[in-house]
Amino acid sequence: MYSDKFGRLMLGLCCRKSTRVCGVRSAFSWTSACKQRTLRRSAWLQVKQQALPFQIRAHSASHTTLDPSEVKRFQSLASKWWDEQGEFGALHAMNDLRVPFIRDNLLNVHRGHQPGKPLAGLKILDVGCGGGLLTEPLGRLGADVLGIDPVADSIGTARLHLSHDSVLGARVRYRACTLEELSAEGEEGEEEEGVGQFDAVVASEVVEHLADLETFAFCCSHVLKPGGSLFITTINKTNLSYALGIVAAEQLLRIVPRGTHDWEKFISPVELERLLESNGFSVQSIRGMLYNPVSGKWSWTDSTAINYALHAVKLIEEPQPDRAQADNPDPEYRAHAASTHN
Amino acid sequence: MHKLTKATLALNGAGRCYIAVKHCPAAKTISRGLVCTEHVSDPGKSEVYDVIISGGGMVGSAMACSLGMEPNLKGKKILLLEAGNKKVMDKVSDTYSTRVSSISPGSATLLSGVGAWDHITGMRCKPYQKMQVWDACSDALITFDKENLQDEMAYIVENDIIVAALTKQLDSLSDNVQVKYRSKVVKYTWPMSYQAADSIPWVQVTLDSGETLQAKLLIGADGPNSMVRREAGIPTVKWNYDQSAVVAVLHLSELSDTESSLVWSTSHGHAEELLQLDEESFVDAINSAFWSNDNQSEFIERAGSLFRGALSVLMPSAGSTRQLPPSVAGIGPKSRVMFPLGMGHASEYIRHRVALIGDAAHRVHPLAGQGANLGFGDVACLTQVLSQAAFNGKDLGAMQHLLEYETERQRHNLPMMAAIDLMKRLYSTNAAPVVLLRTLGLQATNMLPPLKEQIIAFASK
Repeated sequence: MYSDKFGRLMLGLCCRKSTRVCGVRSAFSWTSACKQRTLRRSAWLQVKQQALPFQIRAHSASHTTLDPSEVKRFQSLASKWWDEQGEFGALHAMNDLRVPFIRDNLLNVHRGHQPGKPLAGLKILDVGCGGGLLTEPLGRLGADVLGIDPVADSIGTARLHLSHDSVLGARVRYRACTLEELSAEGEEGEEEEGVGQFDAVVASEVVEHLADLETFAFCCSHVLKPGGSLFITTINKTNLSYALGIVAAEQLLRIVPRGTHDWEKFISPVELERLLESNGFSVQSIRGMLYNPVSGKWSWTDSTAINYALHAVKLIEEPQPDRAQADNPDPEYRAHAASTHN
Repeated sequence: MHKLTKATLALNGAGRCYIAVKHCPAAKTISRGLVCTEHVSDPGKSEVYDVIISGGGMVGSAMACSLGMEPNLKGKKILLLEAGNKKVMDKVSDTYSTRVSSISPGSATLLSGVGAWDHITGMRCKPYQKMQVWDACSDALITFDKENLQDEMAYIVENDIIVAALTKQLDSLSDNVQVKYRSKVVKYTWPMSYQAADSIPWVQVTLDSGETLQAKLLIGADGPNSMVRREAGIPTVKWNYDQSAVVAVLHLSELSDTESSLVWSTSHGHAEELLQLDEESFVDAINSAFWSNDNQSEFIERAGSLFRGALSVLMPSAGSTRQLPPSVAGIGPKSRVMFPLGMGHASEYIRHRVALIGDAAHRVHPLAGQGANLGFGDVACLTQVLSQAAFNGKDLGAMQHLLEYETERQRHNLPMMAAIDLMKRLYSTNAAPVVLLRTLGLQATNMLPPLKEQIIAFASK
């Protein structure tokens, strides 16, 4: 959910929010993330995409700090993001896979959790958090989570949804910014270059909308602590994903407006792995995910042909921004990288 | 204490009518999000709990203990609201109380899991290995016993003892679970589902003291006339059996362990008469009910013995010895009480941020001793569902996992309730064809150990 360039392209498209979509689970609603963004933007052609006139304080907001006139605007947002049977139903359902995936992989690395709060003490960054669908569960598991999204309205929705829960609000924060901005800030604030602040970065359903993956990988590496984890869920670049995700969803059934997805932007697991490893990550696991439109549930699958989830770990050594490291044939280096994993 | 279940209720004729009160929801298409009635202006003043359990009876207290001891729910704020006083039992009283429950091994496992079973066995409880059920209209009978007598079939425990044991356990869980006694709820305010941005998304509970509490999940354990269920507008299928149960404590003449518990289900009129009788006449009435042959017809007897003969040719070893019913010497002082019987089943056990457990969800006839066990089964299932949801970081009041609870429990409860209701109707009549049918059926079942084992297994869960 992170692409300013893409977003501006989408503004001006007619909204084709067909009511038949509601309640109809298509095989392609994993693209609902993109769909909703598009539809939402289209729905407010009047709304300026620039920074909104109010300031929302970043720490736990009770609803009294929100400007009441903005609350109305968030109402339509809230109804889309947090409606479990609505357009984002598939994203809500995906939590059944992504939260355990993140939780278990983090527990493997950081042992000794306290009961009731398995991720206590960990700092997590949720890139492209949208309405906070994934941010809140991670917060409930005890982690300190920062959710960022370039769309300020999404952040507003997320804050509003969080505002009633003061316990969770102490652990979860939102900011409307991009990953590059955050990473740049980090650089200024730290004495040493590249000292990361986060134990884990989560970028779920984000990578397929980015123009520049290299920068993304670099920034992730920058904000992560050494040994920190990176979790990505995205769509594969295969004939099957083209047939289902582009042709059927956009052109035939028109569930997703034309042009929402750019097949060229999909990335295969192999490519992504190569990209990450050249940026100082070591990919730990890749698992395929499958959406069942009938039951509305996701499940793990052996095939990564359509959706997949990936877990990578930032290597302890300082990563170089260029490719010299990928060429490093030193067996000791690789052995050390291997030994940092479970 | 033994509990001999009397299968026949045929002191009066059948004549029962049932009132099916079915509240049809206006439109089933209305999603389970509920109607919000008002906005609360100062949410900051009310405390938000993760779970509020309304009703501190056996099932409500067990739920509170179970949640309090669940490791994945550590750190969550749990509150139990009970309208009555705290039930403390420092010393077990000498007189047995009249309200008892048959606790199946499954329920005993749950109670021991929450740490209350030790308190119960320390106070007073009676395991039993054998159950005999016989028909007043014929000689048919069925006995259930565990082959190896080390295993108990079930336990008879007084309800007061169960509640006291759970209360004691709750005291030890006070950092996780709070209990408010003498707190009567006067109003529930339901949350809107996601839509409204301005209103409180939690369930609001208003007490008679004026205090308002908020809950992310409300569990209704407030008995067969559940206010939670009523206020939530959950449609209930229910009917009254035209019967009341008279309970008493009996002193039996022959056993050294002389006290026994009686549950006598009969018509309202007869139940009232029984309560009016003096002790001696009451004892006579019980004895004559056990021993009399008034309702047996020759035809049925002959048919029954023929059938029994045939069966014993086929399966000579099956069937256990018949134990004669006891004769009652006296009753416990001031121990007779009566209460009306009915059946009820909530068509939905859950709503957004609400779940029903125990008698609030389902109410059965006491003839099979299953009412409390169904409730404890609900507790075990809901705890497990909530624990898993918390481990996945979910909002406890979300429908997705509550639906799993409802599906699993309805699948288990409905067949049990149907069977109990069938039994009740089958044995409520004197009509010859029905008597013949049940006589033969009972005898056949008695001769089939595998079938009996299945029945016991189903009832022990």
